[in-house]
Amino acid sequence: MASILEKFKKGLAKTREGLFGEITKLVKNKYTVDDELLEQIEEVLIGADLGVETSLSVIEQLQNHVNREGFNEPEELTAFLKSELIKHLTGSPGEENGTAATDFFNPTIKPFVVMVVGVNGTGKTTTIGKLAKIFHDNGQKVLLAAADTFRAAASEQLEIWAKRAGVDVVRTQAGGDPAAVAFDALKAAIAREVDVLIVDTAGRLHTKVNLMEELKKINRVLGKAMETAPHEVLLTLDASTGQNALLQAKEFKETVPLTGLVVTKLDGTAKGGMVLTVQSQLDLPVRFVGLGESMDDLKPFDSKTFVEALFQ
Amino acid sequence: MFQDLTEKFESVFKNLRGHGKLTEKNIADTMREIRRVLLEADVNFKVAKDFVTSVQERALGHEVLKSVTPAQQVIKILHAELTTLMGGSEVGIKTASAPPTVIMLVGLQGSGKTTLAGKLAKHLKNRGRNPLLVAADLQRPAAVEQLRIVAEQVGVNVLAEFDSTPVKICSQGLQQARRASNDTVIFDTAGRLHIDEALMQELSEIKKRTQPHEIFFVADGMTGQDAVNAAQEFVRRLDFTGIVLTKLDGDARGGAALSIRAVTGKPIKFISTGEKLDTLEKFYPDRMASRILGMGDVVSLVERAQHAVDEEKARKIEKKLRRQEFSLEDFYDQLQQIKNMGPIEELMQMIPGMGGKAMKGLTVDEHALVRIEAIINSMTPAERRRPTMIDGSRRKRVARGSGTNVQEVNKLLKQFQMMQKMVKRMSKFGMKGLPMGF
Ligand SMILES: Nc1nc2c(ncn2[C@@H]2O[C@H](COP(=O)(O)OP(=O)(O)O)[C@@H](O)[C@H]2O)c(=O)[nH]1
Ligand SMILES: Nc1nc2c(ncn2[C@@H]2O[C@H](COP(=O)(O)OP(=O)(O)O)[C@@H](O)[C@H]2O)c(=O)[nH]1
Ligand SMILES: [Mg+2]
Ligand SMILES: [Mg+2]
Repeated sequence: MASILEKFKKGLAKTREGLFGEITKLVKNKYTVDDELLEQIEEVLIGADLGVETSLSVIEQLQNHVNREGFNEPEELTAFLKSELIKHLTGSPGEENGTAATDFFNPTIKPFVVMVVGVNGTGKTTTIGKLAKIFHDNGQKVLLAAADTFRAAASEQLEIWAKRAGVDVVRTQAGGDPAAVAFDALKAAIAREVDVLIVDTAGRLHTKVNLMEELKKINRVLGKAMETAPHEVLLTLDASTGQNALLQAKEFKETVPLTGLVVTKLDGTAKGGMVLTVQSQLDLPVRFVGLGESMDDLKPFDSKTFVEALFQ
Repeated sequence: MFQDLTEKFESVFKNLRGHGKLTEKNIADTMREIRRVLLEADVNFKVAKDFVTSVQERALGHEVLKSVTPAQQVIKILHAELTTLMGGSEVGIKTASAPPTVIMLVGLQGSGKTTLAGKLAKHLKNRGRNPLLVAADLQRPAAVEQLRIVAEQVGVNVLAEFDSTPVKICSQGLQQARRASNDTVIFDTAGRLHIDEALMQELSEIKKRTQPHEIFFVADGMTGQDAVNAAQEFVRRLDFTGIVLTKLDGDARGGAALSIRAVTGKPIKFISTGEKLDTLEKFYPDRMASRILGMGDVVSLVERAQHAVDEEKARKIEKKLRRQEFSLEDFYDQLQQIKNMGPIEELMQMIPGMGGKAMKGLTVDEHALVRIEAIINSMTPAERRRPTMIDGSRRKRVARGSGTNVQEVNKLLKQFQMMQKMVKRMSKFGMKGLPMGF
């Protein structure tokens, strides 16, 4: 546990400071809670993209708490905020409800089919490359399906990742039918006795009906080739995305049976607070976080560890 | 949203009428509402705060209070102030007095730089220019290949080498452009984090060597609070000349536009609204202001309609209608045109008064459209032209082929029949104003 936390913190930007680092600084030597302090705390919370609603409600709780019970040491404020936030974000105060990353993988299902979806440029292909490596290193036989037939050189990009991870790819020509690629890849995966098939899809904005229909079709077709597939559907969210993340996740969840989230680009200065809102509102666990562009920059997620790392 | 906003302000001003005087609390409430609207649109906290402070006086001035509709007055002033803040001189692309004009694209990973390179090339080519694209992203797998394909799609030259360095390839690109008399050269650089010292240094080096006339900071329009951090660092290092916001074809409110503009002072030059290479648009500060305030955007709606509707086709259909030859095929075409305008929900949002509350309870069934499309798709061309030939067994086949059921097919055919009748009747009075609405 401690080592994952260390890895997390190392991966997170060196210049960034956890939420609670900032808040601890703010409340240092404060023995009264005035408007100025409240506003500063609000700025920290909103600045982390936690969303207006969550931020304001947490501030209000703090105000009520102080009015009701007062406080003796500044540290009490930090502790209160922390438990309040964890309650908001994970549904239960500080309770262990993290999902270890590879928990979702069920080796008795063969091939285990993972589909990765999300809006444009959020890091689907990169995540798949890294994920392939994790499974491959774990001794599983992996196959990738290049079902992004739209973006220029998308298949080539996936192929390079496949080579790096030492796994195979099924692809088609540019502009081909993505559902057909997915179908063929799953058939091939069955024939070749592959353990894990990961399907890459084209980026799409959640507001585009025809593209969302296309995604539905890919999902449906996978089910035709293997009744229980896909077994895992991951949505990638860019950590720097603001309030729109929730709309994205809602729409994708309505379209395909999402089972988890991957938060990418957490190596930047964005804190990715919206992801926590998404997680709690849509009841979707974060499986992995992306902490860079290299092969080993995908880390398993554990919500408590994440909150700790984020808030320290 | 717009409705919500008006209502909120109205409730703030409600008790005013009697006393005619603004209390401290009124002021505070109004300001809090304004701030909240901005924050919900992803405007940066500090930027929102500064903005609210600066408009406070104007928004609650004497004129507003005397007005019969103070809420609307406040919104009007807000809109005007936002527009001014985001607008400003220097739109379009600078042209070098001695060609080639050098344009460098920079930004975070996945923000849309390579796609923009293609769009700019197309935009310039359409204006008779002859740009050269330079693949300076040697980081992301297959980025060079991506730019090569994009250049091919547009039909412009590209300099793409795998075993170069970003600095070298840019210098080389500049020389090649001079030799081959390309009047513009565009550098597509790798995405990078603003805190990546080595990679930021690399950009400075490219700038130093090639002296670009324009450096565009390409930012994802869906970005949240972090937008200012990246923008500030890029402008500090590179003093970029303009901003391009991408992925604004979605439903993000786009507060990043205001944030980035405010903290860098640089103009927003273009917005990117799609994956296809012809979706580069001029930036209109007033429309962006409406979008951030959630007020709908009628101008964009009209433009989209013009864009999506093929006039030639519209005229043909009008003729067919007159001669009563309107077939299911034409019906399908109409459907496509409407779909080209974008998701119906999104279109509705652009109509003032249709956003927020007014939309609740009124959902447009996009899925119905998709099903209709599937049904028509499953018919043979002959069936589409002469739907009367679709008998029971054909109906069954069409239903199976489209993954719907016979009832749905029946319903569509019936609706179509009714429409034909209606059209007949209407054409007696003369038809104008196509395409027909639903
Ligand atoms: N810094 C950083 N960049 C990432 C991460 N994940 C992906 N990227 C970059 O983001 C860009 C878009 O990624 P890609 O996988 O092509 O996105 P897709 O369009 O969703 O498939 C590429 O330049 C990736 O290298 C991450 O965790 N950290
Ligand atoms: N919907 C939409 N997608 C876009 C837009 N601009 C770029 N994209 C997509 O965003 C993804 C990343 O774009 P790319 O040009 O590769 O970004 P880069 O990493 O900055 O070069 C691709 O899937 C593009 O098709 C836009 O304006 N709207
Ligand atoms: Mg991809
Ligand atoms: Mg690129």
